[in-house]
Amino acid sequence: MARAVTNRRKLVFTLVAWTLALLIFFPILWTVLTSFKSEADAIASPPKFLFFDWTLENYTTVQERSDYARHFWNSVVISLGSTFLGLLIATPAAWSMAFVPGKRTRDLLMWMLSTKMMPAVGVLVPIYLICRDLGLLDSRTALVVILTLINLPIIVWMLYSYFKEIPGEILEAARMDGASLRSEILYVLAPMAVPGIASTLLLNIILAWNEAFWTLALTAAKAAPLTAFIASYSSPEGLFYAKLSAASTMAIAPILVMGWFSQKQLVRGLTFGAVK
Amino acid sequence: MGMIELSKVTKRFGYVEVVPPLDLTIEDGEFCVFVGPSGCGKSTLLRLIAGLEDVSGGRIVIDGADATAAPPAKRRLAMVFQSYALYPHMTVRKNIAFPLRMAGMPPEEQARRVDAAAKVLNLTPYLDRRPGQLSGGQRQRVAIGRAIVREPEAFLFDEPLSNLDAALRVGMRLEISELHERLRTTMVYVTHDQVEAMTMADKIVVLNAGRIEQVGSPLDLYKAPKNVFVAGFIGSPKMNLVSGEGARRFGAETIGIRPEHVRVSTTEGTWTGTVGVAEHLGSDTFLHVHGTGLAETVTVRVGGEIDLRHGSRVHLTPDPDKIHRFDANGLRLP
Repeated sequence: MARAVTNRRKLVFTLVAWTLALLIFFPILWTVLTSFKSEADAIASPPKFLFFDWTLENYTTVQERSDYARHFWNSVVISLGSTFLGLLIATPAAWSMAFVPGKRTRDLLMWMLSTKMMPAVGVLVPIYLICRDLGLLDSRTALVVILTLINLPIIVWMLYSYFKEIPGEILEAARMDGASLRSEILYVLAPMAVPGIASTLLLNIILAWNEAFWTLALTAAKAAPLTAFIASYSSPEGLFYAKLSAASTMAIAPILVMGWFSQKQLVRGLTFGAVK
Repeated sequence: MGMIELSKVTKRFGYVEVVPPLDLTIEDGEFCVFVGPSGCGKSTLLRLIAGLEDVSGGRIVIDGADATAAPPAKRRLAMVFQSYALYPHMTVRKNIAFPLRMAGMPPEEQARRVDAAAKVLNLTPYLDRRPGQLSGGQRQRVAIGRAIVREPEAFLFDEPLSNLDAALRVGMRLEISELHERLRTTMVYVTHDQVEAMTMADKIVVLNAGRIEQVGSPLDLYKAPKNVFVAGFIGSPKMNLVSGEGARRFGAETIGIRPEHVRVSTTEGTWTGTVGVAEHLGSDTFLHVHGTGLAETVTVRVGGEIDLRHGSRVHLTPDPDKIHRFDANGLRLP
């Protein structure tokens, strides 16, 4: 689309974009900055932006008081576990919906999505009781299963829209060429869908990593991931902003780094099929 | 070898019968073209033979063996798709070798066959490229390469030239015909382009709404179309079909006369009219004449030298030996 944009308009648009981006990024920046302040500087009024005594004290305290490594490991197991389990279930489901759709496929997809519209708290009590009765409270297994189920609609939808973009004729050609269903998926469909599967995987890891409702509700100490680690510093009886910030920074750092390196893949994944 | 027999083959999608019971035999080594307007069921018929669609009834016999329920891979047929359907993530070499790899052929034999096919199709310099780096014609040749390495019983072509531009289409048409001359393998070819059908086929099957209208050699169909549909479909420019009073004079409900069988004169003739459009092709000129008193515009093919233009008054005389006569049901009269 060719449209003449004047220099002034360009400048205004750039400024607006930067302002919005900074506005969205500001809380994260502020958290990181606060994590390097003393508790006194953290609550100083007027707030201190860059000119304060930089300290690593909060990080050492946090590390001493709670076991970051254990929480980190729990987060890794839960997010990766639920993502891979989800992909394992969603790939064949999305394959059949995309390539051998039935009369009700559309409805089924919509129904799957509609479960995401229900507030999670609505099923808190039954799920809590089921986990209790199965002896799965405060276990990583329970969280892997629940996060898989929660994110499954998104994984199925994403994979479905990727698979839809793959021309059916190519799979038919593979069938004519003597490929079994297994070979067809392994040698033709999967390699063509790699970008899609990768961005689904990345997005789902991020969603699972950041999930705070179920991870907080169903864990106590053993299986608690980083979300619980942050929450443990927001105590009502004392204001420990600096330590809370240090804990938050440590919790979000891995996913920020991952997001940074995979942003190209993520953007491509999320806008796939939107523009030709 | 690659003889294909369809008996009472039917295809229904839900309650819609796309292919009513149909019988057809394609001889071994024959170049058989399915032709018809879009939506006539010709592609569906090809897909039934390929096994990509299940038949709703009837039997398909390939090479003497009942293949009705066999999966596509077991029918020993190779197919070339309209969209080429190449594997975009594989090189040309891997694309062509894919069916051999699926058959579990040793790598040396695979390489030998791929090289041989690439040589025949002039693809040797491109073997390490991906389909995305090839032109349309080259992609089409890769698709053909992938089909020939398997040495199948028969080739199925589903409108393979429709995505190519006009010049390339003529070139590929010749290449496919030459390929058939060399391999002498059965080929079943689907097209909506009657020129492709006329130039390539040993046998043409004209389809309309899933039914076979006529089966025969190109010249049979041209000289003696069985009904009005075939008469109007085969031949370019189309046969002039005249019904009503103009036809009854010849003892028929409808008569057909090809543009090349109408004589033009400036002095006398059966019909008199005015040239609406004169299309000068150099070798030939097509005159579209109206105002003849007939309901239809009459198309006439004359030599390229004739200087008649829009508005010229002409007299037309159909060659009486070349008039095709049809009854009220559109069937050919003797």
